[in-house]
Amino acid sequence: MDFPWLTVIGAVPLAGSAVIAALPKALAPRARHVALGVSLVAFVLTVVAALQFDTARAGEIQLTELHSWIGEFGVSYALGVNGIGLVMVALSTVLVPVCVLAAWNEVDEEKARLFYGLIMVLEAMMVGVFAARDLFLFYVFFEAILIPVYFLIGAFGGNEQRRRYAAVKFLSYSLTGGLIMLVGVIALYHAGPGGEQGFLIDQLTGLQFSSPAAERLMFISLFIAFAIKAPIWPVHTWLPDAAAEAPAGVAVLLVGVLDKIGTFGMLTLCLPLFPGASKWAAPTILALAVVSVLYGALLAIGQTDLKRLIAYTSISHFGFIVLGIFAMTSTGQAGSTLYMVNHGFSTAALFLVAGMLIHRRGSADIDEYGGLQRTTPVLAAGFLLAGLSSLALPGMSSFVSEFMVLTGTFIKYPAVAALATLGIVLAALYILLTYQRMFTGPVKEYSNGWKDLSTREVLVVAPLVVVILFLGVYPKPVLDVINPAISTTMQQVGVTDPEPTVAVEGENK
Amino acid sequence: MTLISAAEPGVYQAAEGTVQSGAWLLVALPALGAAILLVGGRKTDKWGHWLGVVMSWAAFVWGALLFFSLLGADAEERAIHLHLFTWIQAGTFQLDAGLLVDQLSIAFVLLVTFVGSLIHVYSVAYMEHDPDRRRFFAYLNLFVASMLLLVLADSYLLMFVGWEGVGLASYLLIGFWNHNPAYATAAKKAFIVNRVGDVGLSLAIMAMFAAFGSVSFTDVFANADSASENKLTVIGLLLLVGACGKSAQFPLQSWLGDAMAGPTPVSALIHAATMVTAGVYLVVRSGPVYIGAPDAQLVVVIVGAITLVYGAIVGCAKDDIKKALAASTMSQIGYMMLAAGLGPVGAAFAIFHLLTHGFFKAGMFLGAGSVMHGMNDSVNMRTFGRLSGVMKITWVTFGLGWLAIIGFPLLSGFWSKDKIIEAAFIGEGWRPWVFGLTAMLAAGITAFYMSRLFFMTFQGKEKRWNDDAHPHESPALMTVPMMILAIGSAFLGLALGVTNGLVHWLEPVTGAHGEEEPVLSVPVITGATLVLVAVGVALAWRMYWQASVPVTAPRGSLLTRAARHDLFQDDINEGLFMRPGQYLTRALVFVDNRGVDGAVRGLAALIGGLGGRLRLLQTGLVRSYAASMLAGVVILLGGMLAVRL
Amino acid sequence: MNQIHWLYLSVLLFSIGAVTVLVRKNAIVVFMGVELMLNAANLAFVTFSRINGNIDGQVIALFVMLVAAAEVVVGLAIIFTIFRTRRSASVDDANLLKY
Repeated sequence: MDFPWLTVIGAVPLAGSAVIAALPKALAPRARHVALGVSLVAFVLTVVAALQFDTARAGEIQLTELHSWIGEFGVSYALGVNGIGLVMVALSTVLVPVCVLAAWNEVDEEKARLFYGLIMVLEAMMVGVFAARDLFLFYVFFEAILIPVYFLIGAFGGNEQRRRYAAVKFLSYSLTGGLIMLVGVIALYHAGPGGEQGFLIDQLTGLQFSSPAAERLMFISLFIAFAIKAPIWPVHTWLPDAAAEAPAGVAVLLVGVLDKIGTFGMLTLCLPLFPGASKWAAPTILALAVVSVLYGALLAIGQTDLKRLIAYTSISHFGFIVLGIFAMTSTGQAGSTLYMVNHGFSTAALFLVAGMLIHRRGSADIDEYGGLQRTTPVLAAGFLLAGLSSLALPGMSSFVSEFMVLTGTFIKYPAVAALATLGIVLAALYILLTYQRMFTGPVKEYSNGWKDLSTREVLVVAPLVVVILFLGVYPKPVLDVINPAISTTMQQVGVTDPEPTVAVEGENK
Repeated sequence: MTLISAAEPGVYQAAEGTVQSGAWLLVALPALGAAILLVGGRKTDKWGHWLGVVMSWAAFVWGALLFFSLLGADAEERAIHLHLFTWIQAGTFQLDAGLLVDQLSIAFVLLVTFVGSLIHVYSVAYMEHDPDRRRFFAYLNLFVASMLLLVLADSYLLMFVGWEGVGLASYLLIGFWNHNPAYATAAKKAFIVNRVGDVGLSLAIMAMFAAFGSVSFTDVFANADSASENKLTVIGLLLLVGACGKSAQFPLQSWLGDAMAGPTPVSALIHAATMVTAGVYLVVRSGPVYIGAPDAQLVVVIVGAITLVYGAIVGCAKDDIKKALAASTMSQIGYMMLAAGLGPVGAAFAIFHLLTHGFFKAGMFLGAGSVMHGMNDSVNMRTFGRLSGVMKITWVTFGLGWLAIIGFPLLSGFWSKDKIIEAAFIGEGWRPWVFGLTAMLAAGITAFYMSRLFFMTFQGKEKRWNDDAHPHESPALMTVPMMILAIGSAFLGLALGVTNGLVHWLEPVTGAHGEEEPVLSVPVITGATLVLVAVGVALAWRMYWQASVPVTAPRGSLLTRAARHDLFQDDINEGLFMRPGQYLTRALVFVDNRGVDGAVRGLAALIGGLGGRLRLLQTGLVRSYAASMLAGVVILLGGMLAVRL
Repeated sequence: MNQIHWLYLSVLLFSIGAVTVLVRKNAIVVFMGVELMLNAANLAFVTFSRINGNIDGQVIALFVMLVAAAEVVVGLAIIFTIFRTRRSASVDDANLLKY
């Protein structure tokens, strides 16, 4: 067995959190430096690991590790990633240093150790959940990740009463989903071959189920958990509260990475484990996805709180991602995977710029802003760029993925795709309306003496913008990693892409 | 040169190391200019505008070199393909980013870079006192880059990138003075309405992929004739929706008038000469799709005809010089759309008119800007009058544009517009009569409203401006571009039209057409058009030159009031979409809080309440706990015994 | 002598203990009731041990005694503490855990 890359990538931030916890009180302000350094090390390790990854075989699980953990219950410590897992791990380790930098001056010194320690734990869990190749291990990470997030929202958010409410709401939703999922996980173990490695995902793929009903029930139990996580209408209401109350950096990780666990699970667990049930449920899920797209966008238009607005736009975007996954075409699924990455970056940019605004103004109420384009042009440009990426302007990375999702859906379900396409008008509305309300108009008094972005803040936003633009022009490096994994998934589900209709017509002639 | 596609024999790969293989510089140079100016920020304030000008001219020079290299090639080898890189690849979806330099795109390249560069020069002076002049030039460069990408792209999707890029540039420039809330709203409106069109274009691209498995021009056009008519009709109509958005055609025309909020050079470049004609480009480029879909073609023609009349009517009532010109632009693009919808018979003339229109309309907008420059940024024509004496150069250059647009014999508009009217008379049944007569009648209305505009501004009985206005001629940086455009307005039509040079040049793209004859003979059409034009001018002369023009607008007839109000387009949009949308949004916010979230909160409250009740059982009395334990054990034991018995 | 009678005695002792716990208020007395019940159980264990002829019951009885001794130590300590703070040994007064 080779060097355990994934374990190390996860262990480094975990060790970092221990170091931060052990810091004496006098050194508490140094916690952020430790966190930044550690997360950068994790990022570099991810880059090195990605170089070990053989792109040509990206459809297979690589960088694998396998150790028996609780042999009596068939639980193993198994890690490994295919192309999809790799990009998700990379997304996590890229965003953490950015978020650490974004929160630089926004955490009280006394609480800094707790904050950065929790962020480090969170990073370790994120790596674990995307790399787990044992269903039970996945479940453990899936649930354990709630702990740091619960405290990050509950202890560091805005208004004390509301942030506690939000944290509890987040926890109850996620736990409910998780427990429903646990039933499915155990049922699946019993349907599988069992034995010492009975929870390995590879062992559970391609099972013959005793009845379609059994398969469907297990599928539903997993899907509900992922739908809550993602979140999909109608189990979405925890997200606006959680995202609005969490500090900006945490909101980024929450919406940008954590929620992807849901869509990641749908794509890499629901589909391969339950191919029959997935196809059976696809029409219903597509309907839910379209509702999410339009509903999220409409609600975003109606928001007055900046962070809630961004949260609702994400609900709309998650609708797109789920749409692409369950359209069951390789274009759609590859688009969805790319969408997960792109959404991570564009939402991160939006939340972080929003955080900078709120830090200056002390309020998230959109109506309290106005005329900022004149006072702080760079900040305005940052918001506009992030917003344009969110509305999937061509040339930005999100356009490529959104278009792939829609096209992938269109070739199988034209009507569904047409409805979802209306979302692009609504997206333009919610972004430009907000931009208009916050940045245009006459300069107002409150912004006298405001400073434009500091070097640190530019360092936070610029990398995201660069990635967004680069992937918009040249998404090939990411797509090359994703595509083989998607074709493997397509084979496991047993679906193929439809042929172009004109070619088919030509043959029939 | 090697042949890359058997399907379309006319497309060749660009050879290494030639002007053609550097075609990407056309897009890259202005894009680089924009990037430097935007990233450089205030540090580039001093010389930024000149960088913008240089980048734009550099693109023009490269475009001209390209043009000459095409000119030197054989007629069949003038479509050059330049492969750049693999853009998107996933499953069956394969798309390379590449450029297609052919007769049609090079015509656009020359128009965009030449007129664009002139307007860059003009803006140096026009924006001199604006603290954000550098940003303005960054956006202008961004626009030029996007527009060139739009016309040079070799696939619909890459074209869409340019398509949205110009939309973004348009948004940024309309809202350039966005500290004025009305301007910010106008910018947003333009973008949103365009997005509605984009839905159509996106769906068209998806439908093409579903049908042909590719969205590159070469593949789509090669297979278009084997697709069913239904499919092509759907694609054609969806493309038209996109074209309507960008080209401000009915029913997506409402944004153009408001877009005049942008600085005048922007109106000249983007909202008159180039970007708004992108829809026409799209329809002409997609010729092979439309040929297989006569129904879609008919709709294109109808949309063109409606907008043609709509714009003309609105143009007659506007007192804002820029809005009147905007209405005129709409109307003229209606002409182009109508011609483009006629298929090979009219497509080349659509492009012809597009080019000449680019010159004379840009020239007139610059003239309007010059007038505003001298008149304290006033746009109300009722406060102008007799400016001919104080702004001679502006007067002459504007006058040439005016004569060109109304189709004064031998000037540019005469050549291009007359050809469209003739083409509209070609066909069978009712169509040539309806469309031909509409086009002809609109020429008369055009003559009226343009003359009205010209007379109200430069001629008339008396000067109507206030004493605090000191009209003066603009500096040379502004007048020279106006003069060059005026020369173009005068002679471009002659140069391109007299030998039908442009039409032959475009034939490989638009498709050749036979010798179809109009239902009326050509001299009759030309004669009747000229008579109508003369009537229009005479009417305007009597009303706005001979008679005095009141400074405050009279109430006017019902039609005037409706036209002044853009025929209630905004009210209709508001009533049909905006208000219901607002209600829907508000209702959904309510439902989400009370309904979806309320259900969950209700569940939580139920469990909490239940817990509250059950809590009361904890009396704190040890003995009662003990009693309940005993009772429990007794019941349990009793139960076990009972079951065993 | 029939060994079943030991069981009857055990039941009797247990009932007395239970009633003591339920009806008396004085914590010391209640405590004694508890001890009575424990010893009733011990008696039953030992009896069953004799009936079945193995020593499991006796072993458990020893355990119970051990636990009971420990319990007495903790329990009396608690009662004394309560008495000291509240000047009352009534179990009904010690209701701080009420809802």
